[in-house]
Amino acid sequence: MSVNKNMNVLIVDDYVTMLRIIKNLLKQLGFNNVDEATDGGMALEKIKAKQYGLVISDWNMEPMTGLQLLKEIRASNDTFANVPFIMVTAESKTENVIAAKQAGVNNYIVKPFNAETLKTKMSSVLGEF
Amino acid sequence: MGSRYEKDQVVKIINSVIEKVGKSGDVSKDVIYGELAQLRGIIEDLKANIGMVAPADITGKHIPTATDELDAVVSATADATGQIMDACEAIENEAGAIGGEKADAITAHVTRIYEACSFQDITGQRIKKVVSALHAIDTKVGAIMNIMGDDGAASGTQSAEDDQGERFVLPEEKGLLNGPQMPASAITQADIDKLLEDFD
Repeated sequence: MSVNKNMNVLIVDDYVTMLRIIKNLLKQLGFNNVDEATDGGMALEKIKAKQYGLVISDWNMEPMTGLQLLKEIRASNDTFANVPFIMVTAESKTENVIAAKQAGVNNYIVKPFNAETLKTKMSSVLGEF
Repeated sequence: MGSRYEKDQVVKIINSVIEKVGKSGDVSKDVIYGELAQLRGIIEDLKANIGMVAPADITGKHIPTATDELDAVVSATADATGQIMDACEAIENEAGAIGGEKADAITAHVTRIYEACSFQDITGQRIKKVVSALHAIDTKVGAIMNIMGDDGAASGTQSAEDDQGERFVLPEEKGLLNGPQMPASAITQADIDKLLEDFD
C-alpha cells in the first residue's frame, strides 16, 4: 500500500529551529501538510481537532512532555489513539527508549539526526515511499 | 586561604568540653574557657575564610552574569540559525525554479545545512543544563551565607527545584529528562534500533 503524502503530519518541538528543520525535510520528502506545536498540550489540542497520519515529537518540552503526550494519545478512546508516533529527541539513554516503547512509540530517532534517518524511520512506520 | 583544621577538630573540642562539664568540680573553669575560646577562634577563622571567597559576589554578580551570558549565547545562536534557515529556504526555492540535476544537487547541499542547524537545539539544551547547575550552586552558596548570618546577601536565591517552575513531571518520568548526553554515555541510533527490534 502506497503512502499518502497528502496526509496531515504534526511536528512537536519547543525549539522553533527544529520545527523548521523537520518541516523542510518533510517538504523535501513530499509531505506538505505539516502542522506545528511547541509542547505536548498544544499538540494534544490539535490532534483532537484534526486527523493526523503521523506525529513526530520531541520528548523534553514544558509543560507537557512528549512522553506524556504519547501516553495521553494511547490512553484515549478516540480515533487518534493509534496514530503513528515517532519520538525525535536528544534523550539517548536506554531507559528512555524502553519507556517510550512501553508507552507505545512506533519509532525513536536520537538527535542530531540526518534526513536519511528521518526517511528510514518514517518508512518503517508508514511503509515505503 | 587562612589556617586549615582537621575536619573533626571542632567535634573533638566540643566533646572535650562536654566531658569536663559533666565531671565533678575538679576541672578548672579556665580550662573550659580555653577550649571554648579555641572553638570560637576556629569559627571566626572559618567565617573570615568564607568571607574572603565573597559569596555575596557569587550569588549577586558572578552567577547572574554567567546565566545572562549563556542566555545571550542561546538567543544569538537562535537568531543566526534563523537567518541561515531563511537563506536555505530561499536557495531551495531558487533551485526549484532551475530544476533538473543542478537543482537536485543544490537541494542535497541545503539538506546538509538543515541537518547541521540542529546544533542549535542540542547546544541550547546543553546550556540549559549548565544554567540549572549554576542555579544549584547559587542555592548552596546562599544556604552557606544564611548559616553565616549574611541574611541580606542570601536573599533572592532560588533553588534548582524552584527553577523548574510549574512543570509537571510524571513520577515514572523522573530521571528520564536528562537532555543530551556526553558522547561517552550516550547510546547511538544503531543501539536504539537494536533495542526497538528486541521489543518486536
